[in-house]
Amino acid sequence: MSKLKTLYQSSLGKKYIMALTGLGLFAFVIIHMLGNLQIFLGPDPINSYAEFLKSKPALLWTARIGLLAIAALHITSAIQLIMINRRARPVDYSTDKIVAASFAARTIIVSGLIILMFVIYHLLHFTFGAVDPKFLRYEDYLGRHDVYRMMVEGFSNPFASAFYIVSMGLLCLHLTHGVSSTFQSLGLKSRAYVAAIDRLASISAGVIFLGNCAIPVAVLAGLVK
Amino acid sequence: MTIRFESKVPSGPLSQKWTKYRHEVKLVNPANKRKFHVIVIGSGLAGASAAATLAELGYNVKCFCFQDSPRRAHSIAAQGGINAAKNYRNDGDSIYRLFYDTIKGGDFRSREGNVHRLAEVSVNIIDQCVAQGVPFAREYGGLLDNRSFGGAQVSRTFYARGQTGQQLLLGAYQALSRQISLGAVKMYPRTEMLDLVVVNGHAKGVITRDLVTGEISAHASDAVVLATGGYGNVFYLSTNAQGSNVTATWRAHKKGAAFANPCYTQIHPTCIPVSGEHQSKLTLMSESLRNDGRVWVPKKSGDVRQPQDIPEEDRDYYLERKYPSYGNLAPRDISSRAAKQVCDEGRGVGPGGRGVYLDFGDAIRRFSKEKIEERYGNLFEMYERITGENAYERPMRIYPAVHYTMGGLWVDYTLMSNLPGLFVIGEANFSDHGANRLGASALMQGLADGYFILPYTIGEYFTSTPKLLPSTDHEEFKKAEEEVTASTNRLLSVKGKRTVTEFHRQLGKLMWDKCGMARTAESLKEALEKIPAIREEFHENVNVMGDATELNQHLERAGRVADYMEFAELLVLDALRREESCGGHFREEYQTEDGEALRNDEEFSYVACWEYQGEGNPPVMHKEPLVYEEVRMTQRSYK
Amino acid sequence: MNLTLKVWRQKDASSSGRFVEYEARNIIEEMSFLEMLDVVNEELVAKGEDPIAFDHDCREGICGTCGIVIDGSPHGPWDATTTCQLHMRAFKSGDVITIEPWRAKAFPVIRDLIVDRSAFDRIIQAGGFISVSTGGAPDGNAIPVSKDDADMAMDAAQCIGCGACVAACKNASAMLFVSAKVSHLGLLPQGEVEQDRRVLNMVRAMDAEGFGNCTNIGSCEAVCPKEISVDFIGRMNRDYRRALLRNE
Repeated sequence: MSKLKTLYQSSLGKKYIMALTGLGLFAFVIIHMLGNLQIFLGPDPINSYAEFLKSKPALLWTARIGLLAIAALHITSAIQLIMINRRARPVDYSTDKIVAASFAARTIIVSGLIILMFVIYHLLHFTFGAVDPKFLRYEDYLGRHDVYRMMVEGFSNPFASAFYIVSMGLLCLHLTHGVSSTFQSLGLKSRAYVAAIDRLASISAGVIFLGNCAIPVAVLAGLVK
Repeated sequence: MTIRFESKVPSGPLSQKWTKYRHEVKLVNPANKRKFHVIVIGSGLAGASAAATLAELGYNVKCFCFQDSPRRAHSIAAQGGINAAKNYRNDGDSIYRLFYDTIKGGDFRSREGNVHRLAEVSVNIIDQCVAQGVPFAREYGGLLDNRSFGGAQVSRTFYARGQTGQQLLLGAYQALSRQISLGAVKMYPRTEMLDLVVVNGHAKGVITRDLVTGEISAHASDAVVLATGGYGNVFYLSTNAQGSNVTATWRAHKKGAAFANPCYTQIHPTCIPVSGEHQSKLTLMSESLRNDGRVWVPKKSGDVRQPQDIPEEDRDYYLERKYPSYGNLAPRDISSRAAKQVCDEGRGVGPGGRGVYLDFGDAIRRFSKEKIEERYGNLFEMYERITGENAYERPMRIYPAVHYTMGGLWVDYTLMSNLPGLFVIGEANFSDHGANRLGASALMQGLADGYFILPYTIGEYFTSTPKLLPSTDHEEFKKAEEEVTASTNRLLSVKGKRTVTEFHRQLGKLMWDKCGMARTAESLKEALEKIPAIREEFHENVNVMGDATELNQHLERAGRVADYMEFAELLVLDALRREESCGGHFREEYQTEDGEALRNDEEFSYVACWEYQGEGNPPVMHKEPLVYEEVRMTQRSYK
Repeated sequence: MNLTLKVWRQKDASSSGRFVEYEARNIIEEMSFLEMLDVVNEELVAKGEDPIAFDHDCREGICGTCGIVIDGSPHGPWDATTTCQLHMRAFKSGDVITIEPWRAKAFPVIRDLIVDRSAFDRIIQAGGFISVSTGGAPDGNAIPVSKDDADMAMDAAQCIGCGACVAACKNASAMLFVSAKVSHLGLLPQGEVEQDRRVLNMVRAMDAEGFGNCTNIGSCEAVCPKEISVDFIGRMNRDYRRALLRNE
């Protein structure tokens, strides 16, 4: 117990929490993307995948609650760290010269916030059907929830797609700093692997961006109908 | 008279003296140690190592430094290395050889017993520092690396890149920090000692000024240890730190501690030359550069050609010419004087003509630019930062500068001054270096004193004198406090026309010109006449801003310069009285036919111990004869 | 050259400060930045004004005392250079130079450009040492140390404790300073023995002093006059993780 307390109270411990939860969210983003990419295989695979997930409520809800907890921890630690950091530097320099900080690193808070807003919108859009309640009522020929149709119609709205694409861009930005930072925070980034880890971060961020954006782009371009 | 300045070197064979001392010295009961309070002034190699070690033994220690942290003392700037007679190289080194080299290097003006002890404990220092985590250079096999330094014929110098002083100091600082965290040392950073308090003839405390608030405080103790470094800044320009000062030792001197051999000052041959009036300090370039660089000047005076346009036949590699066997590696005092000589002849180079070339052209051709970069890259970078010149393409310009002072407060074998209870260690004492210090020996001496000598010898004082820890309400404390406050206020009330720096620069220039690398009776007498005039003007016409109850760097500096104004006179007087040339003290009247230092062992093989006689009275000199039981004095020859 | 300086003036820790403009005239490029300030101060004293207070000592880049933020950059525009080693050839006539103290809650301003860095000392006191007392050390060659480890330890040990890393970090984090000491000692067999205690205690002390957190940006490394690498921060993150799992 005292170990957890030390972990939670120390600055390094908070960074571990950020890193580990970030890693969890990163894994989710990849799995989620792979699931969604099934849209390119036609309606059947993706609808049956959705049906499969729904047929295992224990698994689904564990994953949902887990994800929520992870996201909450990630956000809480972030807020706490931001507060500590603001307090640590109460006065700014009159001329602020940016030294060594990449764009992604400097904007990590902004990108994080916008991603959070996006996630809420995204959930309202496709999970709760709050944007268009009929999305949840679509059924395919087997009586399963027609996720395929929901996605196609959802992304046919250029504004929704644009927001989606912009958010994916920010997510990508968030990850280029976030992934390599995770390795650094966990002390897994040794001199020999620095370049490799940074490359891994950029490549994975790029893949996630391309993979996720492929869907709205394909829908808007009429490739997926 | 000589009884008062008895060396107290134990009798018996040289190699057994220290062992004998340690066996015979009475020990302080461990349970009683915490009842003894020790004040340590200064936190450099000597001060930090002493404070830490005394605290480890159980004494109650207070340590003071004027810097903002004990980690910043000027020991940190030592580049080259630290000597130890480990003989890891199997090249014939031994304790005796290190002892002999040090005695000879010091031109036979140091105490045999002290120097032998220094060589003995040198081996313990390395072990201690390794255990503390000092990252000395290693070989691939994992053992400690050594190099030859300053012309020594054996490789006995241990080093941590070009930052040996820094790493050794951080080791001592860390040991000190550990004791601070244990509550055994109370540390007072940004605090300057302004007076020593003497009660019943014993040093029993100090008066300090908090440099942030200006508060004057009194601290009482059973013994006081001064580890306050050297006085090189009396020359204004030196390689010393800006804050290095003579204040603590000078004020102790005025309270009765004798000052020994103040005229022994060391000039380091490889510093970056002065570039103008604005110059605030001189930067040393490691002596190791002389391993590969060749020193030269144009043969003709007034040759204004660029160095690369001067052909070989018009160059004078004067060190190689004069000292064929040592060449560019001739000892510090000899190379420095040789540089002065060629510049006096009008053959100096660079702005003002006070510089000589240190040329790496041949070394680059022989090895490669990469090899030279690997060896000295950081030094070349530093040189370029300061001068804007690329030393791979054109020779460096170097000139000697004041670097280290061998003189200091007189101490006996136990490192105690003639004032009982006042111990002086490191560069602040008159030290084991005689008239000239060898490269890589200052670090050795500072740590020897602090880690391995003082912790034994201070106990002798405690066991042999009745314990007395006065209250700070004692009248001597009150009196000293009042004096300190009064002299501070005096400085602030002058409100004259000239700044402290102007006076310091004026004094320094006079000292450098008249009492620098080469001295004559005439130049010294001239200095003796001029110094009091500068001092008087200082006290009538200095302008010190601000007040005493705030952080006031100007006031701090004024106090230090005021002390230099008084001390300078003693330095010159000592130089005048020592009618011989030895080591760092070169009197032009006393030289051999080929211009080498000519010692006079008959009349001058003594330590000059100067006693203060009150303001306005000339100081009195006592002599501690140097008795050589084992070593025969010879003329140094580096030809 | 002639320059305009905008200098932070603050009487003491409890006063509020402000920028004051000064002219620096007849500056030559051979001067160091601090010598330029010396010249300005001499003129101020001649005019009966309080000179600008700034910390400095060795003036050869090793003691770590000096440190000024120059145009937003700790230690000024040159890489791997302390303020005292920065020379005026880095500037040209007519330049306007802004001069400020280190800014961090853990480094309160004492006067003008002088800050209190005693927080660093307290972090070292918490564990930045090897617990050996004088005497009884084994022979220096008794424990071989691989050259690579010794060299890397030296890379870390070069830290001069100037605080530029904290000054540059937008979070005023002391991670580079702390990790350099943790790595220096932990890389050597002599210091490895108490590495767990050391890293736990030093991090606790660092947090207590009110430094911020590392957000892995690397400004600290970029301004470090001794070019200490952020790899050491990663190393400390690992050491701390291990220590936490093994202890308490």
